[in-house]
Amino acid sequence: MSNNGVGLDEVSADADGTGRARADLTGVAAEPGSAKPDPILVADRVRRSFGGLTAVDVEHLEVQRGTVTALIGPNGAGKSTLFNVLTGFDGSDSGSWTFQGGRINGLPGHQVARRGMVRTFQLTKALTRLSVLENMLLAAPGQTGERLLGSFLRWYWSRQEQRNQRQAEELLERFRLTHMRDEIAGSLSGGQRKLLEMARALMVQPSMVMLDEPMAGVNPVLVESLLEHISALRDEGTTILFVEHDMDVIMGISDWIIVLAEGRVIAEGRPDDIRSNQTVIDAYLGTQHDETTRSNGGATGNDGAAQGTEETR
Amino acid sequence: MDFLGILTTSITSAIGPVAAIYALAIIGLNMHFGYTGLLNFGQVGFMLVGAYGVAVCVGTFGLPLSVGVAASILCAVVLALLMGIPTLRLRADYLAICTIAVAEGLRFVYRAPFARDLTGGVFGRQNLSDGFRELNPFPPGRYGVGDITFSSPHLWTMVVTWSLVLVSCLIMWSLMHSPWGRVIKGIREDEDAVRSLGKNVFVYKLQSLVIGGVFGALAGVMIALHQASVTPDQFRPQVTFYLWAMLLLGGAGRTWGPVIGSVVMWFLLTFTDETMRALDQMGWLPFVTGGELGAVRHALVGLILVLLIIYRPQGLIGNRREMLVNVK
Repeated sequence: MSNNGVGLDEVSADADGTGRARADLTGVAAEPGSAKPDPILVADRVRRSFGGLTAVDVEHLEVQRGTVTALIGPNGAGKSTLFNVLTGFDGSDSGSWTFQGGRINGLPGHQVARRGMVRTFQLTKALTRLSVLENMLLAAPGQTGERLLGSFLRWYWSRQEQRNQRQAEELLERFRLTHMRDEIAGSLSGGQRKLLEMARALMVQPSMVMLDEPMAGVNPVLVESLLEHISALRDEGTTILFVEHDMDVIMGISDWIIVLAEGRVIAEGRPDDIRSNQTVIDAYLGTQHDETTRSNGGATGNDGAAQGTEETR
Repeated sequence: MDFLGILTTSITSAIGPVAAIYALAIIGLNMHFGYTGLLNFGQVGFMLVGAYGVAVCVGTFGLPLSVGVAASILCAVVLALLMGIPTLRLRADYLAICTIAVAEGLRFVYRAPFARDLTGGVFGRQNLSDGFRELNPFPPGRYGVGDITFSSPHLWTMVVTWSLVLVSCLIMWSLMHSPWGRVIKGIREDEDAVRSLGKNVFVYKLQSLVIGGVFGALAGVMIALHQASVTPDQFRPQVTFYLWAMLLLGGAGRTWGPVIGSVVMWFLLTFTDETMRALDQMGWLPFVTGGELGAVRHALVGLILVLLIIYRPQGLIGNRREMLVNVK
């Protein structure tokens, strides 16, 4: 929620976040590994293999600051593995990557988070037996009472705790979870857990949020509200990288899309570039299906249809 | 049947020094399992190094008791670090395997012939509590209410141990109602989530293992002082499982769960024991006699536990809704 004012000189007359983010990306070549004017995350030669299977083999990747960047690809493309590797939740065979100019490859997950790159999980990880408020407070960084001996200095950390609580309540308000504040997180619905997880990630005050399938298993109404939250975050200057399968969602919200297939970046670009990119369509949407999707006015990525096409081949 | 006699014996055992010692060890186990979710199946190992800290310092080298207690705590810290550093980065099951094996291994090392000069081998060490009993402010005699009475040394052990239990409970309450405790409980729920929020999960788990281990060692110290002697074979694995049963009975993850678990379990154990013996004397028991009663007692306790797990999985004072939140 910090990191405002980046690339302000490039902001066009259009003052909202979409305009700014897209303006920042004008002139960036829509090709794999293209350089961005102000990258927050830069990865080079990232490789991760499981036995004989190379899950991730990314030559070069940059994520522009203050944008919503989508990471897409067919099942097994290595999206989640790349996420895990970049956030320090999985080791890599080789490669180096920097975040805000500092090297973060080889750092354990918690240190990556402390530097401002916070992730969520595909399978929501609400801390079920803690209350919603406790879930939020847990995430606050730099708490004195979080140290073993510091925890006994009640008077010392209670003021900090109050400050964190105010911040947590603001976030809960924003994510419409205030009424659940004192309930245990286990009593939340699946969608509410997604909201809580996102709100909790924001408590860390990250400059970049990595969302692993934030819309999976969420009802359409909640998808709308999640999308609003994501755009709002971007408008505040937070960078968002997310993995998603729903094509409508991706095309609607992303400023930039990175397509992964078999561990490699096969394409990059604005939603319009991706929609018309033959490589992507071949790898992901199904070759003979592009006529139909275009006439529908958007690449809907109907998996069933794509599979059917493959079978008739 | 002398029902009143059975009842007083049971109550005496429920509030006696042994129940207090067990409560102390369970507080440590509660730190591990109840709050952090660490599967420690070797709490008895911490009790063993605690008891032998005193046994070796006082019994072998004739050092003062305070040195012995300090050595016990130090041993527990070292043991926790030795077990924790290699296993706490791995999945939860590895700590479980490690603790149960290390605890049993320790018993064999302490009773081995090569360790006899230091630990006294299978015979252990005697005359350990002179220093402790010198501090006893109660004149010799029996103290108590009605038929529930304790001798002066037992009363002294009780007062000290229950005070330790009380202080430990207060420490645990303070820890668990702080941001530190919040992280610990978060780790119990999902350590990856906590890691993703920038907390060093490994360090927290290690701290938890050390703290719980120190409580276990203090229980061991009190065993040495209560009995005035220590033998390695009293630290068999089943002690750990008694501790687990008591923790689950009382309510894991609750400040007073260990105390209630220990008191109620010792009451039940003694009560079934005494009742069986009385019935046996009256010849009312079919199939079993004298020597077999011990086994029946354990079977009965097992039955009670099974019923508890089915009908009250949260323990006596746990929160059922919290307990069942992940069971859908």
